Amino acid sequence: MHTRNKSLAAGGILLAVGLAVSSCASDAAPGATPDKLVLVTHDSFNLSEGTLAKFTDATGIDVEVQAAGDAGELVNKLVLTKDSPLGDVVFGIDNTFASRAVNEGVLEDYASKDLTSAEEQYLLPAGSGLEQLTPIDNGDVCVNVDHEWFADAGIAEPATLDDLLEPEYKDLFVTPAANSSSPGLAFLLATIAAFGEGTAGEDGWQDYWTKLVANGVKIDAGWSDAYYVDFSGPSSDGDRPLVVSYASSPPVEVTEGVTVAPTGALLDTCFRQTEYAGVIAGTKNKAAAEKLVDFLFSTTVQNDIPENMYVFPVNAEATLPATWADFAEIAPDPFVVAPDEIDKNRETWLSEWAAIATP
Amino acid sequence: MGGYRHPVTHPTRIKPAPSTILAIVLGVGVPAAFVGIFFAWPVAAMVGRGLFVDGALDLSGFGDVLARPRTLRLIGRTIGQAALASVVCVVLGLPIAHVLYRLTFRGQRMLRALVVLPFVLPTVVVGVAFRTLLREGGLLGDLHLDGTFTAIVLALVFFNVAVVVRTVGTTWEGLDRRQEEAARVLGAGPVRVWLTVTLPRLAPAITAAASIVFLFCSTAFGVVLVLGGTKFGTIETEIYLLTTQFLDLRGASVLSVTQLLVVVLVLLVAARARGRRTAQRRVSSLQSRRAPRLGDVPTIVVTLLVAAFLALPIAALVLRSLQTADGWGLGNYVALGTTGSRNALVVPVWVALGNSLVIAVQATVIALVIGLAASLVISRRPRSVGLRRSLAGFDAVLMLPLGVSAVTVGFGFLITLNTPPFDLRSSPVLVPIAQALVALPLVVRTILPVLTGIDDRMRESASVLGSPPWRVLRDVDLAIVGRPVLAASGFAFAVALGEFGATSFLSRPDRPTLPVVIFRLIGLPGGDNFGMALAASVVLAAVTVAVIALVERLRVGTMGAF
Repeated sequence: MHTRNKSLAAGGILLAVGLAVSSCASDAAPGATPDKLVLVTHDSFNLSEGTLAKFTDATGIDVEVQAAGDAGELVNKLVLTKDSPLGDVVFGIDNTFASRAVNEGVLEDYASKDLTSAEEQYLLPAGSGLEQLTPIDNGDVCVNVDHEWFADAGIAEPATLDDLLEPEYKDLFVTPAANSSSPGLAFLLATIAAFGEGTAGEDGWQDYWTKLVANGVKIDAGWSDAYYVDFSGPSSDGDRPLVVSYASSPPVEVTEGVTVAPTGALLDTCFRQTEYAGVIAGTKNKAAAEKLVDFLFSTTVQNDIPENMYVFPVNAEATLPATWADFAEIAPDPFVVAPDEIDKNRETWLSEWAAIATP
Repeated sequence: MGGYRHPVTHPTRIKPAPSTILAIVLGVGVPAAFVGIFFAWPVAAMVGRGLFVDGALDLSGFGDVLARPRTLRLIGRTIGQAALASVVCVVLGLPIAHVLYRLTFRGQRMLRALVVLPFVLPTVVVGVAFRTLLREGGLLGDLHLDGTFTAIVLALVFFNVAVVVRTVGTTWEGLDRRQEEAARVLGAGPVRVWLTVTLPRLAPAITAAASIVFLFCSTAFGVVLVLGGTKFGTIETEIYLLTTQFLDLRGASVLSVTQLLVVVLVLLVAARARGRRTAQRRVSSLQSRRAPRLGDVPTIVVTLLVAAFLALPIAALVLRSLQTADGWGLGNYVALGTTGSRNALVVPVWVALGNSLVIAVQATVIALVIGLAASLVISRRPRSVGLRRSLAGFDAVLMLPLGVSAVTVGFGFLITLNTPPFDLRSSPVLVPIAQALVALPLVVRTILPVLTGIDDRMRESASVLGSPPWRVLRDVDLAIVGRPVLAASGFAFAVALGEFGATSFLSRPDRPTLPVVIFRLIGLPGGDNFGMALAASVVLAAVTVAVIALVERLRVGTMGAF
């Protein structure tokens, strides 16, 4: 016992030295300068180098970006850390999670003073985010179609959600799952908006999905999987010419020197996702945070959004890059579900959907 | 384990010296504090959020959630999937461990490094590679495995067989061959020798490896989703769904506790299985290894078959990474110097690789220091039953981080590490710490079987011959453990390099690691970004193999002492 314990002592000393060394190596003070704002975003946030620096140039305030997962994770993290906020400004709350953020009280009352009537279409209803959230960008989730595949096969392309149930499109459609992918959820919401709640004996979205499953829809876990493994598009390996993706995906598939896009978006199948920014409740820098929200809505950021985040700016004054003007399309009349409806029914809808689509 | 095992005993009780107390405080206290602060506290806080309603404990959630048929199905599937994958990993891993650690042939070192390769590949990318092979019309489409339970188990085996090979191989390598030879001389057949002489000596390492594989598989996330779709949900995927999408903290807490119970149960079974420890002589691998013989053909065949199975998705990945819009070429690799098309990334891929390497080294150092200290303490056999039990419990606690959802730990970080002195939520130190938590169990499980195998009499003889305690530690414990420490460091490094779940949760946008960057690239449309994601995965794998091969090279000559 005696000897063992002594060698044990030597082990402890060795450990102490080791720890001292390792703690030196990984020591970093979490510095807190008063003239810095923390911008909490979703993972897809991206701007050109130097864009945020323009805010610093104008105000003398540095902006530190912290990514916090997808829109759902982002909102849930804000809710969980309400007592000790993650930052000053949030960007990336979308219309499917807006009500939760508002109802949980994680946002200060502020919407950009620069909003005009031209952006009215993107505003949330009063009491459901109008007062707290400023729209920043929007993008449509639509069924994408492989033009080349349909041309080769000599089959007419589908155009509407109902078309997808036709026998000639059997086994041709793939979508990411609504319960593990946000474009998947957006597509489910499009069908809910289109067909409504099914009641006994009446057609509804549940009935639509039952028929979609019968017509051989393939349901993958994630967007990457659906788009790169099962979709037949030019940069994909699969054999299904219809996939749920974004309206902004087709321009990306256009290679240099090509005048006709190899894929396209079916504009009658779209659900519109709008992303918002707001001031996080409990911030100690409310005035500065409001300036940052205004900055995100300014044309400096808005013009920079399409090329970096593949979505459209909401500011009516913003200009689109040339390739976008040529190939990007916007659904004239996308499907809409009220944010508070989504929040109220999310769990019910998703479990009903899972029972039908992934039995 | 009475005193008869110890010829050098002490007639009188000796009061522990202050240095002993210090050693225990450091050897137990530091690892315990580490796991306590960075694992137990966040998990407890997160579970607490779900179970305490308005300040009162509300356990009704257990009844509600566990009564759902869906929950029972998830639990059953989680256990079944992980158990099956663990068994397959052991069955396939043992012959490979024999070939790679008991025989000697040219190219062996490279093969050892290659086996670890799947372990670091990003799950999303491997999922896509697997599915490209398995989907209808794919190379293996005729097997109709796409979206099946079998496909998930195969993928889990693909990722984890290396755990068995390395954990068991490291122990096996040091076993004295003469015991088997003696049995053979006495007339026992090869099967009997294996079952009665070899297997019992390997048992601790096998149960250690199997329990690690089980834990990894039961918390597998990306690969289960990609290969099985959402219909093959597990406890882990359900916790993710409830926490990140539904904010159903009550349901998530119930499942987290269930997950914890399953893990503890598995660890108890494993501890019982490896409970009887036998002292054994460890020898230099120069003595234990020999050239292949005719009798080794079956194990060599298994090794080659498994190697082919591991190589297939990797080959598919490499081939696909060489495809560009203009035909075959290195375009995707050239693009790694950029931030991707249309500004897909914040930093070029090479910078992310640099970040990954630096962070993985930090994580490895943390895991090694804490793992070694903990192993030295756990390997002791105090005579008091209570103390022995406490050490076993301590051992189990170190394993827990493998078996608990990264989502629970990650969200737990957010709600606990927010006040000084642990105001670390946005600090870069959390990334290597989180990776070290995952690597720590591997370090302990690699080193401990070797340490516990040391005959205490060796320490006592050294001591009787006049060695001071630090020399006993250096010349006995550390000399023997040198090799496994190197093996463990290679493995820990690989784990840290490939870690995605916790890292993606904690890494800062301006300092992403390679797996985080790969995940982002594969989530964007456009063949160029997809190609870059695949090329970056190949680079990640190649770098890992190179590092592990380098570590293997360092191992030569560390065991010359006896």
